Amino acid sequence: MKISDARGEKLVCLAAIIVAVLAIAGLPRNARGQQNSATTNSAPPTRDYSKAEVHVLPVQGNIYMLVGAGGNITVQVGKDGVLVVDTGVAQMSDKVLAAIRSISDGPIRYIINTHVHPDHTGGNEAIAKAGSTIAGGNVVGDIGASAGNQAAIIAFESVAERMSMPDGNQPAAPQGAWPTETYTTPKRKMFFNGEGIEIIHIPDAHTDGDSMVFFRRSDVISTGDIFVTTSYPIVDLQRGGNIQGVIAGLNRIIDIAIPEDLQENGTLVIPGHGRLCDVADVVFYQEMVTIIRDRIQDMVNKGMTLEQVQAAKPTRDYDPRYGSTTGFWTTEKFVEAVYKSLSPKH
Amino acid sequence: MGPVRWARLLAFSFPLLFLIAALARSTAAQIDPSGEWAPRFDEDWEERIPGPEIGDYLGIPINAADRLRGDSWDAALIELQENQCRAHGSDYGWRGPSNLNIWKEVDRATQQVIAYHTHLSAYGAEQTIWMDGRPHPPDYAQHTWQGFSTGKWEGDTLVITTTHLKENWVRRNGLARSDLATASVHIMRHGNYLTVAVITYDPVYLTEPFIRTADFVSAPQQTMAPWPCEAVDEVDRPEGQVPNHLIGLNTFLDEFPANYGIPPEATRGGAETMYPEYQEKMKGMKRLPPPAKRVVNQ
Repeated sequence: MKISDARGEKLVCLAAIIVAVLAIAGLPRNARGQQNSATTNSAPPTRDYSKAEVHVLPVQGNIYMLVGAGGNITVQVGKDGVLVVDTGVAQMSDKVLAAIRSISDGPIRYIINTHVHPDHTGGNEAIAKAGSTIAGGNVVGDIGASAGNQAAIIAFESVAERMSMPDGNQPAAPQGAWPTETYTTPKRKMFFNGEGIEIIHIPDAHTDGDSMVFFRRSDVISTGDIFVTTSYPIVDLQRGGNIQGVIAGLNRIIDIAIPEDLQENGTLVIPGHGRLCDVADVVFYQEMVTIIRDRIQDMVNKGMTLEQVQAAKPTRDYDPRYGSTTGFWTTEKFVEAVYKSLSPKH
Repeated sequence: MGPVRWARLLAFSFPLLFLIAALARSTAAQIDPSGEWAPRFDEDWEERIPGPEIGDYLGIPINAADRLRGDSWDAALIELQENQCRAHGSDYGWRGPSNLNIWKEVDRATQQVIAYHTHLSAYGAEQTIWMDGRPHPPDYAQHTWQGFSTGKWEGDTLVITTTHLKENWVRRNGLARSDLATASVHIMRHGNYLTVAVITYDPVYLTEPFIRTADFVSAPQQTMAPWPCEAVDEVDRPEGQVPNHLIGLNTFLDEFPANYGIPPEATRGGAETMYPEYQEKMKGMKRLPPPAKRVVNQ
């Protein structure tokens, strides 16, 4: 792509991101959760979810992983109720709710969104309505009893901004899906179901509104799309993403996680897409992304154009595992996103 | 003896004969791999004990992508805390400097063998081989170094199928085996010797199945050493730094062909280099001049 025409480039990027977001929402979450993206991305962007199933995988401690509803969903259950990290696509809300109810009858109190994309926030409205918030004092006095009639939705502030207004060609999300509690600090802490929970903001990574959720007693990290096992990292430049932020996020996971014997188990990691992992899997992925970043950074430093970098195929040793020539997130787009993340022009 | 007596005798004898035949068949068809075993390194000593040379990809059916993984690999990667205690995968660990213990798990009620367990002294790696017919986990389940294994008897051979492996080595010089690989392990016992044949299938990095064997000898009195591993900071590095060679800048790749007089082209590996006829092809290949001082891997 020529990069001299800034306006044209913006339009192309915008279109690409819209297609990307629509396609993310349509990602097939079939049984082969860790298939390479060449297979996964070949599905049409708008997927028929009528026959899709939600699978429940016990992780450890209070934590379960739901697979099959778009992005992975993390569910924490206990005496205080249910906390959900991400809600999948809107079409799968009934099945997600049924899956949650197969784990716990407790009230759904909190939803935490790891980022704005609809394959992670699409079920917000339906699942929040199925829950309730403990509200009292001035809140109830000011707002009325309705203050407590849905689960609270927590996200980084930019997620609320993007969901509550048209974002490119994407219309605003329904008001019931918007975050009800936002944060702007590096970390937000809460205590629920007998354990401390850290909501950690990773600036400018997959998007500009990424959060990872660390369940301290269960020892599980829910990463959102900063870490996936199905493709190269998706860098949504249009929404403030940057490869350096993705790498910072991966390094943060490695910093937080403590493995058991032989660098295995211990802290478990639920990726945004793909299979259940531990820190060793994150290390392999971080090494891959860092090595590719180093190569493209070297090429940028030498003054190579995007076309020259694409022609050099700097990802070719990892393409059989993570690359794709079809679908919404091709290897070419990934290289372009890394190049633009690192290029001073951008 | 009258016909009635004959009929009674046959009626009693047939079930007994069937039982004896069935027991004899089951005993003959299944060896018992349980016990303690010491490794034999007559096969591939150079690779298995001193360790493979940088850039030696001979005899491995790698594709171009894995070749670049090897070329980019910097041995300093092992210094990182995250990699110091990393275990070998169950398709690779058999060939390490490992004493082996195999024991069976028997269901108390039925006295059926429901699993074999293996312990290799290197990394203290333990694998469970389920013999009770249970299915493999779904693909969204966790992968481990040892993977998830089920076994069945094919004649006298215990055939193990392993899935859910983490990424690991094909060769310990940077050649990777992906987490989408599966393995078929065949365990055969000949008296006091145990042969383990491992076939690795990797749709990401191998163009053909890769077959390796390892041999062990019975060693019932051996001492199995523990493998405590504690990761520490060995080198002060910036956080997140990943040692690697940029494409085309690994200056160590010529050492192996120069030291051993092997054509550089042959050292690049690939399925073709697995087969004997490749030696004919090598005769016409260019070789590097020997180095002034040969570096020997000890």
